[in-house]
Amino acid sequence: MKRFFVTVAACCFAVSAQAQEKAKVDPAKVDAEIAKAFAAAPADWKPRLDQDETMKQCSLYRNAPPKNVAEEIQKRERALIKYPADGKLTGDWASGEKIAQSGYGLRFTDYPARQANGGNCYACHQLSKAEVSYGTIGPSLLNYGKNRNFSEADTKAVYDKIYDAQAAFPCSNMPRLGLHGVLTIDQIKDLVALVMSPDSPVNK
Amino acid sequence: MIAAACCAVLTLLGAPLRAQDDAEKAVEKYRQMLKEDPWSNPGLLDSDRGEALWTTAAGPNKATLEKCDLGKGPGVVDGAFSELPRYFADADRVMDLETRLMWCMEKLQGFNHADLVKRPYPAGGQPVKDLGAIATYVAVKSNGLKFAAKLDKPQEQAAVAMGEAIFYRRQGPHDFGCTTCHNDSGRRIRLQGLPFLSEPKEAKEVVGQWPAYRVSTTQVMTMQHRLYDCYWQMRMPELEMGSDVSVALISYLTKNASGGEIATPGLKR
Repeated sequence: MKRFFVTVAACCFAVSAQAQEKAKVDPAKVDAEIAKAFAAAPADWKPRLDQDETMKQCSLYRNAPPKNVAEEIQKRERALIKYPADGKLTGDWASGEKIAQSGYGLRFTDYPARQANGGNCYACHQLSKAEVSYGTIGPSLLNYGKNRNFSEADTKAVYDKIYDAQAAFPCSNMPRLGLHGVLTIDQIKDLVALVMSPDSPVNK
Repeated sequence: MIAAACCAVLTLLGAPLRAQDDAEKAVEKYRQMLKEDPWSNPGLLDSDRGEALWTTAAGPNKATLEKCDLGKGPGVVDGAFSELPRYFADADRVMDLETRLMWCMEKLQGFNHADLVKRPYPAGGQPVKDLGAIATYVAVKSNGLKFAAKLDKPQEQAAVAMGEAIFYRRQGPHDFGCTTCHNDSGRRIRLQGLPFLSEPKEAKEVVGQWPAYRVSTTQVMTMQHRLYDCYWQMRMPELEMGSDVSVALISYLTKNASGGEIATPGLKR
């Protein structure tokens, strides 16, 4: 697994120079086009058109930022992670499984909200063995906790990745689910349990 | 014991692949059947409807679309789709097929722009709207040809470059961009395979299948509708039909698909 990430990182840096070269349209012009195309959006949706600094950098470098930018993103995102007040990072894996299955939330057909937002983890990751309908945009997480001896350090790392994936992998495809408030801290704890609990079907 | 364990692992790994294979095989079988009998493609009903609409007087001006210039001269439908998007001097902008049709419906038939862009796509299970049916008809009239849009005028080059920048733009509460799902080979969402659209080889295979008939929603979905649905999934607001963003993305995709065969309506899950 470690080797996989090293390889991925090496590839990222190799293409970054090329990516820099390719970004030939002024981002301000792109923003203006986006504003025009979504002009009819309600006022409270308009912030979705804007990019934070990390989105801007990942767009500019096409998700392959040079080393200094990657470090900058990582540092910035790490500082944004919030933890549960009681310090407990794992919740209920059974609830986590439901959150992982659900893709509900924040689409323009999801208002007024009829249920809690989902994490839609299975869209991109393999998790529990029983669920065969999983995507492959992200790595398989089958036996993730077991393979790491359910360690405390890895449990925290999983919490961090779900809260803000870019703190671990700058310009990761994964949404920053906690940072953007897609999931609540309690929901994230349930997902941590799904990935890291010895009782979870992910580790059985 | 070890052999049994190995078997279990293989079975385990095989299950999702098989599930995907089964679904994909069923659609592939359907595609094969349609190839053997092209007239059984349900999307052709909409193409036929579009053909009739082309010559039917409509709108406040009670005019047909027979004088609509899709780029090869007024009324020329054959092969027109294969050379779109292109820059149109009369409108002073680059237009894809649907945007150009909308322009003709406004200029020739007198339809109101605001009305045309309001709810332009059908709900699931409903047939494609009139503009989409006409787009399907025009696209079908380029079947068998290859994408040959030149996209070499400054305005066209700017649209392609803008489309490329938008493709990589990340935004919204999920940080998504087109690139999230379409910038790698062999990936899938759940069991749905995802084309690597910035790679010409894969773009050539799929772009020419739109407008496509979707089995899951039993309707024809146009390219503008496809992009609108992508932005829905990206948790963005409703993308305006015919906006410069959608025209730019279609220009970029068509550029990548240059030389790819047009075979509409394609069949999609």
